[in-house]
Amino acid sequence: MSEAAVRIVDLHKSFGDLEVLKGIDFEVQLGEVVCIIGPSGSGKSTLLRCVNRLEEPTAGQIFIEGEDITHPDCWVDDVRRNIGMVFQRFNLFPHLTAIENLMVAQRKVLNRSKDEAEKVAMANLERVGLVDKAHEYPINLSGGQQQRVAIARALSMEPDMMLFDEATSALDPELVGEVLSVMRQLAEEGMTMLVVTHEIGFAKGVADRVVFMDEGIVMEEGPPSQVLVDPREPRTREFLRAVLEEGI
Amino acid sequence: MNWWRSLSRRRRGEIIRIVIYVIFGLLVAGLVGVIASRWDIVQDALLKPDLIKGLFPEIITIALKNTIIFTALGFGGGLIVGLILALMKISPYAPIRWMSTVYIEVFRGIPLLVWILLIGAALPLALGIRFTGLYTKGAIPLGLVAGAYMAETIRAGIEAVPRGQMEAARSLGMSYGQAMSSIILPQAFRIIIPPLTNELVLLLKDTSLVSAVGFTAQGVELTRFVRNAVQDNANATPMIFGGMVYLFVTIPLTQLARVMERRAARAR
Ligand SMILES: Nc1ncnc2c1ncn2[C@@H]1O[C@H](COP(=O)(O)OP(=O)(O)OP(=O)(O)O)[C@@H](O)[C@H]1O
Ligand SMILES: [Mg+2]
Repeated sequence: MSEAAVRIVDLHKSFGDLEVLKGIDFEVQLGEVVCIIGPSGSGKSTLLRCVNRLEEPTAGQIFIEGEDITHPDCWVDDVRRNIGMVFQRFNLFPHLTAIENLMVAQRKVLNRSKDEAEKVAMANLERVGLVDKAHEYPINLSGGQQQRVAIARALSMEPDMMLFDEATSALDPELVGEVLSVMRQLAEEGMTMLVVTHEIGFAKGVADRVVFMDEGIVMEEGPPSQVLVDPREPRTREFLRAVLEEGI
Repeated sequence: MNWWRSLSRRRRGEIIRIVIYVIFGLLVAGLVGVIASRWDIVQDALLKPDLIKGLFPEIITIALKNTIIFTALGFGGGLIVGLILALMKISPYAPIRWMSTVYIEVFRGIPLLVWILLIGAALPLALGIRFTGLYTKGAIPLGLVAGAYMAETIRAGIEAVPRGQMEAARSLGMSYGQAMSSIILPQAFRIIIPPLTNELVLLLKDTSLVSAVGFTAQGVELTRFVRNAVQDNANATPMIFGGMVYLFVTIPLTQLARVMERRAARAR
């Protein structure tokens, strides 16, 4: 039997007295694109950050390709190098050029030679259409370009899976499209993706499955044609109406 | 008094400023006058040309050179000690943070001169240690104390780097140490270059305190060098000129720090 890319079992996370995740269960299969939607504060970012252990789960288990990453013996650096993460605020390294941003972890973590790291970096900048910006510093790039560099940076580690935490929320509207199209292309190439997003159109077009989270639990999940078009739960319907109105 | 009150606020300001200029001008003119009227005596006691000439070249080739070497050693040592203390201060483990705090308090709370006398003279005497190396016994207390002062600056620099930087680096699989050394610290040090330059100036002046313990003729720094010259000649000229040599180095450095501070403020 082939293992799920991610299997989350009864995951709980509290910050002090505030319980943010109240028992999450779901799976992501290899090559699947799962979009997580839900209102602000429902715990979407926290869930995503637990998957690469940027947050320590309070209870429950997370299996990545069968390995329990919440186990004390699990080495988090090894988990993380196989999971790419893209942040809302890009988080490029401002003291490094675009290509250096793509090379630094390859050199340090994967011990790649300078030439090899450079070759991989260039190939990934090509993938996101930014070869001509290779030697620019982040400050000289638009938000959309910075986010594409951030995606290329994660891809340079050749991860098995990518996490996106509202990758387009900090962007001016006219720059959202270029980032979404890179993400779409990645999905078509068969990358396993866990995507927190408010872009319902993207979820409809690209997701294999949509998860609706509310107040720290998974309210509803299923194919986009069901969750996004004909949701079972009244809360989901309400949320979608609010998001669509906001979009107008 | 009525006349004063009848003036506009701006006019009053003008008058006050004129009064200040006049007083300051009179003081300077008086001082210059006194010095000028007794120029030969003043010059003989404080600025004797042949005594100044006699300080060269050793005042540069030995004394200033050694001052700069003590500064560099103290600064380099201070950076290493300060970096270690700063990293301990942001540790998740409370006892590690406390150890750092205790070190910082102890080394800042006791005067540098006491550390120099203790490490440079008292301890070696008591324990029978002999420092090898021309600069060791001066550089060690300078570095240990400078580190205590720099620790807070470095920590502030580390904490000024946005949290997302560490998270991004860790999410790429980098270890804490790798993320610190290749992502966080380069940004932190860029932020703290201006305050570090100010600390470099303070340290440069503080190297004069190592003159309290003995060094060989090859190891004397500026203050000890001019002090010896004062004693040999029973004349203050070498000390005055030594002060000028300090200014010759410190003024450009403080100006440099100011320029960098302004540039950093604009970049933000
Ligand atoms: N480090 C933290 N310490 C304390 N509380 C936190 C922390 N991180 C998140 N929270 C809280 O956890 C709750 C869920 O946050 P989370 O960021 O996961 O929500 P979200 O669904 O991603 O929301 P958004 O759509 O606004 O990004 C919020 O109430 C938030 O204030
Ligand atoms: Mg969020």
